[in-house]
Amino acid sequence: MSLLSNTTVLLGKELRTEFRSRELLTTTVVFILMVVVLFSFTFDPTREESRRFGPGLLWMAFLFAASLMLQPGFLREQTNDTLSALRLSVSDPFAIFLSKLCANTLFLLITELLMLPIFAVLYNVPLLGVVPQLALVLFLGSLGLSVTGTTLSAISAQARMRELLLPLLLLPLLTPLLIASTEATAALFAEEPVLRWDWLAFLIAFDIIFLTAVWLFGEYLLEE
Amino acid sequence: MTQAETRRIGLRFENIDKRYGGLYALRRVSLEVAPGECVALAGRNGSGKTTLLRIAAQLVRPSAGKLTFSPAQTVAGPATKETGFVAHATMVYDELTAEENLLLFARLLEISEPAKRVELLLGDVGLFERRDSLVRTFSRGMRQRVAIARALLHEPSVLLLDEPGTGLDPQGVSWLADTLRRLRDAGSTILMSLHGESEISALATRAIRLDAGAVVADTRTGASLRSILTFANA
Repeated sequence: MSLLSNTTVLLGKELRTEFRSRELLTTTVVFILMVVVLFSFTFDPTREESRRFGPGLLWMAFLFAASLMLQPGFLREQTNDTLSALRLSVSDPFAIFLSKLCANTLFLLITELLMLPIFAVLYNVPLLGVVPQLALVLFLGSLGLSVTGTTLSAISAQARMRELLLPLLLLPLLTPLLIASTEATAALFAEEPVLRWDWLAFLIAFDIIFLTAVWLFGEYLLEE
Repeated sequence: MTQAETRRIGLRFENIDKRYGGLYALRRVSLEVAPGECVALAGRNGSGKTTLLRIAAQLVRPSAGKLTFSPAQTVAGPATKETGFVAHATMVYDELTAEENLLLFARLLEISEPAKRVELLLGDVGLFERRDSLVRTFSRGMRQRVAIARALLHEPSVLLLDEPGTGLDPQGVSWLADTLRRLRDAGSTILMSLHGESEISALATRAIRLDAGAVVADTRTGASLRSILTFANA
C-alpha cells in the first residue's frame, strides 16, 4: 500500500515539475520531429520503401528521444540532493524508481503520439487500421526503453563522465528490444498487417525481466 | 506529552570506517549517543563530520563497522523515517513552491493531516506569506528555512543537522536555537555539526571533535566542552 501511495505522490511531483517547465517534452518532440522531417525530404521514399525502412527509422527516433529524456531523470535529483530527502521519506525506495519509470514511459508515449500522425502523412503509411495493435507494440517497446533507461540513469547520475556513460551502457543493452520492436512494427506496416505474437512475447519477457531485476536490486542503485 | 517524548532513540556507532578509494573519511569511529542527548560535532573541513552524519542518516553505508539504533524495538518500520536530516544542500525542489515541497514530503512520510502540519510549519519558519512562491525565487536563508521545516515535518526522534545555521539571519538562528531547545527538552536526540553558530552550539550537552576522520576529543563537562565548541566557532 505504501509503495502504491508513495509512487502516486512522486508521480504527481514528476508530472507537475515537467508540465511546469516542459523542458524534456519540448526538447524531445522538436528533436524527433526534425529527424522524421529531414529523412522524409532527403530520401523522398515511396510507399513501399516507407514500409521497409519506416519502422527502423521510427524506433531509431524513439531511441534518441529516450536518450535525451532519460538522462535528466536522476540527474535533477542531484542538484539539491533531493534524492537523499526522498530516500529518507519513502517507505519503499522502489517507489522512487517506479514513479520515474511511469513518468518516463508517459512522456515517451506522448512524444510518440505527437510524432505518429506526422510520420504517417510524410511517409504515406496508413496507420488507422492498426491503431490498437500499434499502441500495444509502442507501449511494450517504450516500457522497455524506460525501464532500462531509468535504471541506467540512476547508475550514471552518480558517476563521473555521466553523459558518456548512459548511451555507452544503454545502446548495447537495448539492441534486442529495438530489434523486437522494429520487427513487430514492420509486421503492422505490411500490406497485410499482422500482429507478431513472437516479438510481442519477447518484448513482454524483456520488460518483466528488467522490472523484476530493478525491483530486487533497485535499492542499491540509489545508494551513494 | 509530545510525539518525541514517547520515542527516545539513541545511536551506536561501532568501529565505523568509511573509505573513498584509498582515502579514509572516517577511521574506527566508535560512539554511543544516548537518547535525548544533544551532541555538537566540531572539526576542520574534511574531518569527517558530514560523512558521520550521512552514515547516521543511513544515506551512506560504512565501509566497515556497524550503526545501530537503540532501543531497537522503538524503531517501527524503516529507521530512516525516525530521522530528520538537514544537509549542506537544501534537499528541496527549486521548481516547486514552499508549500508543494513540504506537502510532497509530508505525504511521503504519511503524516496525518499533512496540509495542517505544513501550514503550521510554514508559519513557524516565517514563510507562510510566501508559501505559493517557487523555492528557486528564495534567498539562501529562506531555502534553509524550508529545508529545516522539511526535516521537522514528522517530528523526528533523531535530528541530524549539518551546519544548520547556513544562510540564516540572526532572527533565523534564534528561531532555530529555540526550536532545537524545545526538541532537545522533549527528548529528541540531536547530532549536529557546527560552524560558528554560538546560539545553537550553546544547546549542546556534549561535544565531539573529529580530526582526519577520527574522534580526538569527546566531553560532556563544562570547560572541555566549551574548548571544543570554541574550536568549532573559530
